[in-house]
Amino acid sequence: MSVVVLPETAAAPVPAARRRRWPVVSIGIIVVFVLVALLAPLLSLADPYEQALRLRFRPPVWEDRGSWAHPLGTDRLGRDLLTRIVWGSRVSLAVGACAVLLASTIGAAVGLVAGYYGGRVDATLMRVTDATLSFPVILLALILAVTVGPSFGNVVIAISVILWARYARVVRGQVLTLMTLDFIAQARIAGAGAWRIITRHLLPNTLNTLVVLITLQVGYVIIVEASLSFLGAGIPPPTPAWGSMIAEGRDFVTSAWWVSFFPGLAILLVVLAFNLLGDWLRDTLDPKLRQL
Amino acid sequence: MLRFVVFRLLQSLVALAILSVVVFILARATGDPLHMILPMNASEEDYANARQYLGLDRPYVEQYLSFVGRAVIGDFGNSIRARRPVIELLQARLPYSLKLAAFAMVVSLALAFPLGVMAAVHKGTGVDRAAQIVAILGQSLPTFWVSIVLVEFVAGRLQWLPAGGADSLASYVLPGFTLGWFVVAGMMRLLRSGMLEVLDSEYVKLARLKGVAEHRVVWVHALKNALIPVVTFAGIYFAILVTTAIVVETVFAWPGLGRLAYDGITSRDFPVIQAVVLTTAAIVAAVNLGVDCLYALIDPRIRYGR
Repeated sequence: MSVVVLPETAAAPVPAARRRRWPVVSIGIIVVFVLVALLAPLLSLADPYEQALRLRFRPPVWEDRGSWAHPLGTDRLGRDLLTRIVWGSRVSLAVGACAVLLASTIGAAVGLVAGYYGGRVDATLMRVTDATLSFPVILLALILAVTVGPSFGNVVIAISVILWARYARVVRGQVLTLMTLDFIAQARIAGAGAWRIITRHLLPNTLNTLVVLITLQVGYVIIVEASLSFLGAGIPPPTPAWGSMIAEGRDFVTSAWWVSFFPGLAILLVVLAFNLLGDWLRDTLDPKLRQL
Repeated sequence: MLRFVVFRLLQSLVALAILSVVVFILARATGDPLHMILPMNASEEDYANARQYLGLDRPYVEQYLSFVGRAVIGDFGNSIRARRPVIELLQARLPYSLKLAAFAMVVSLALAFPLGVMAAVHKGTGVDRAAQIVAILGQSLPTFWVSIVLVEFVAGRLQWLPAGGADSLASYVLPGFTLGWFVVAGMMRLLRSGMLEVLDSEYVKLARLKGVAEHRVVWVHALKNALIPVVTFAGIYFAILVTTAIVVETVFAWPGLGRLAYDGITSRDFPVIQAVVLTTAAIVAAVNLGVDCLYALIDPRIRYGR
């Protein structure tokens, strides 16, 4: 394997003073949410589906009628909000992880092939990429939700079917630069085939970019999933999803603000953490990536 | 230059053609539209007649060609729900969407320019950090949640602005702000890194040596060249704006294309969905084309490099 440092990124070594500290807060928030999502069944919380109509719209614990039994209050059907937010994190993070991994795999493959072969292959693949980029994600997901029915799989498919194009574009751009460098020509002379050059020489050199883009996209995917659930085209109820929880609380904002507020806060925290981490990764790994 | 424009135009048309095939297949993959048009007690014969009348008995390739042929001249058929030609609905809604997009763009530019330039000039200081946080916060807030919070507080409790509709200029403020803030981050980041690069260049140093006032160096000499990467971002930026607008329009009851699409989808109104998707894609493609031509005009290397 040969990992080269592109000439422009190697221009000046970063002085120690400018090297940035680890984004501890972002990593902390992400770790907490991931752990909570993974351990949700073990956390001995209330049942997220259990309804208690007598306990409807209980406010959070610090308000007058609040109690420690429901620290963040209850919703329209008396279900515990904290529990539902914890279970909702499973949906958001699972959709985020699946969609981004699927999209980056497809996108990286398309980008590598297009950049390596060039010519007609490149032109064709890039036209498809362009067509994909001009298609609004949410429209496609809405169409799928109505025609095939809303489900976890459809949300992941709808998002990845559009999202791969960004990866393809960025990876192809990098591969085009790499192809002009000597080590690819040398690998060819040494008798390496297309598969070997792509997997052993090109892919490792695009990994930094992929990691940055993946991190930045997780936040966007979580927002798109929440938007879809909010519009009723995401994860179908009664499964707790942050977007649909906000939608359910929407009509009662005036009398019970907490029902919509806390799921939104959860989205904000997770997405902000991923965006800050992605920003940090970009500045650290690959400062040339401005467009991501 | 003309060769480049023609070449890019052809590329955009190919992209739109691919998309029209996808839309056509999606619309057919969802079951027989006759189930929604004909009454419950329709006989086999009625179905056969209707199928022949609507041309649904013809081969798919033929159906596709006639769909495209009519779409090109603006004939998208009739809306199943509104029982009116789809083109009329588009004509009524499109201006509102464009106006909202323009307003949101103004908001995001008004935020991104000062933030991006200030962050670059005061790199590494509190100003830089604060500007980045404002931008990244906008990107991390779910727009529909911001919409609900704004409707409740600014429109509900404070009664400062209308909560929905598009009756007056005041009703642009909340949806325009929600939409605009969401897309500030990307543009601000590009401006910041562009400015950083340019501020380090020889000609900026020369301008300073000549004794040009610092604010002129920053806002005129440097900014002009930092704008080039921002222009290329405009295409992606616009696509994100259009996507996000669907959600924002729904919450604010905005009479635009996004809401038309949402209503069309919930009532399975396929002629409307096809029309909205193709119109949106055509607009995005046209914007991309314009951006690329503008870019090639500014930076001749693009034209020859291909």
